[in-house]
Amino acid sequence: MTTDSNPPVVPSAIDVRDLTVAYREKPVLWDVDLDVPSGVLLAIVGPNGAGKTTFIKSVLGLVPAAAGSVLIHGQPYDANRSRVAYVPQRGSVDWDFPTNVLDVVTMGTYGSLGWFRRPGTAEREKALKALTEVGMESLANRQISQLSGGQQQRVFLARALVQDADVFLMDEPFQGVDATTERAIVDLLRTLRENGKTVIVVHHDLQTVTEYFDRVLLLNVRRIAAGPVEEVFNEENLRATYGGRVAFISAVLARREG
Amino acid sequence: MDLFTDLFSDYTLRTVALGSALLGITSGALGGFALLRRQSLLGDAISHAALPGIALAFLLTGSKAPLVLVLGAGMAGWLGAALIAGLTRRTSITYDSALGIMLSVFFGFGLVLLTFIQRMPQANQAGLDSFLFGQAAALVEHDVWVISAIGVIVLILMLLFWKQFKLISFDRDMAASLGLPVKGLEHLMTGLFVGAIVIGLQTVGVVLMSAMIIAPAAAARQWTDRLGVMIALSALFGAVSGVGGAVTSSVVANLPTGPVIVLLVSLIVVLSLLFAPNRGLVFRKVREWRAGRDLRVDAVLLDLYTLASQHSDSRHPHSERVLNVMSDMSGPARRTLNLLRTLELARPVDHDRWSLTQKGVERALRVIDREFSDRHAGTSS
Repeated sequence: MTTDSNPPVVPSAIDVRDLTVAYREKPVLWDVDLDVPSGVLLAIVGPNGAGKTTFIKSVLGLVPAAAGSVLIHGQPYDANRSRVAYVPQRGSVDWDFPTNVLDVVTMGTYGSLGWFRRPGTAEREKALKALTEVGMESLANRQISQLSGGQQQRVFLARALVQDADVFLMDEPFQGVDATTERAIVDLLRTLRENGKTVIVVHHDLQTVTEYFDRVLLLNVRRIAAGPVEEVFNEENLRATYGGRVAFISAVLARREG
Repeated sequence: MDLFTDLFSDYTLRTVALGSALLGITSGALGGFALLRRQSLLGDAISHAALPGIALAFLLTGSKAPLVLVLGAGMAGWLGAALIAGLTRRTSITYDSALGIMLSVFFGFGLVLLTFIQRMPQANQAGLDSFLFGQAAALVEHDVWVISAIGVIVLILMLLFWKQFKLISFDRDMAASLGLPVKGLEHLMTGLFVGAIVIGLQTVGVVLMSAMIIAPAAAARQWTDRLGVMIALSALFGAVSGVGGAVTSSVVANLPTGPVIVLLVSLIVVLSLLFAPNRGLVFRKVREWRAGRDLRVDAVLLDLYTLASQHSDSRHPHSERVLNVMSDMSGPARRTLNLLRTLELARPVDHDRWSLTQKGVERALRVIDREFSDRHAGTSS
């Protein structure tokens, strides 16, 4: 694709080569390449079971890769992990865990605290600042089981902000959130981009890809296409990604052109 | 009062109380993490798996020294936990099945060994079978030393790795993405479970030891939404029931300790399930009942107000039968009307007709305000 033709002097934010992940002999990801420069918002789209979550998890080293390499700002993940923040799917944790909002956000500082230092005033202040950025400062002492879906998502985003990362990997941050929260998250993503951060988002809503993101990875086990949205987010590539669901794809494209 | 003074003067009783308090604190605290990690039953498997370890340790060394038996129990318990994890990971057997398999296989093997030991000609095998149901009265000072040493090590490690344990219990993937050695920490935690369990086996017994892991934590969870408070409460419940059970069974002849401890801790669980604020069943029922009552009161109040608003006087009286027809709540309006009278919101004018009081009119207006603003907020967002 166009992005790969001119290798940049500065190393890419994320450089994934030949990434292959298999689960009990069945390939989930096959030979995926992705090169993401700094300061972009990239959406990963594809049907269910396309390996979107697996892609993110294997970049983070949470799922072992059968083959391939991942570089974060030119270095292996292990060497540069403090520059990466992960926002897991909201449903992946137990929201009845006995803790409050501020405490969950403070978990974002654990990486920089080292093994035995406990979070103190400085860490709590950082967490409060991040909560303010997602508009949740008034709920700092709220028990997490009392949060709505959108609030849970914003708590996770605040926890990632606390990590002071350069690269953010987010798994479906728009899943099940109300319109207000969706707006707030989009604003937050744009602020991150303005500050030169790189954000990779697993995204389900094809309707909003062109509005929210500047790059897209179309994924269905293999990489179907990747690059600037206006170049690769077209009918041909969508058809190749989603198979024969023509009516659905035409609707997306009609909306995009309309 | 006698018992109380005995606790401080009677050497045996003091030893028993101290030992059972320490094991209660340790198993209660670690049990809190087990509960949150949904691993409560792992404690059951580990304690049953420890039995053959105790028997083998005795057979190999011929010694009943507490440290020897505890080491044997610990190794067997750890092996059981490791096999459960391995079986779950490498085969299609589910976690609960693996637990059940390991628990019964190890426990069965332990019983066979125990029977074999009891038929041996030596004289010193007596007492090993007390590991089944626990015998606190048999605790001597040396046992308490072993219990304290292991208990303190387990608690110190738990506090040292508090942050990490909290994170892997709440969000394992996030912990791994930060570079924490999640697998190593999970092994460490299993090791701490094993430690907390084996120091209780002589007092509580392998059969019921899991109650000391599960029950204090389940009770503590009812009372708080903070992890630190929950673990502390769980340790306290463990200590209280441990001491209570051990002392009772030492004083009353032929009462096995384990069952008494379990009865006590179950009592704490039942009381917590019923009466804890917020999560307790009684409080929840009271809250639901109050909310339901308020809804009925508001509904009838609004009906009266709506009827009256068709007249110039907002306190214009109306017939109960009209209210019965209007009321879409279940049942006749009479009960709610009586409640309105008690609350001085409405009063009967004659045998059939009711009228709002000034207080009732004010509350009706407030309800209308609230409903309107709620609906307004609902449509705008």
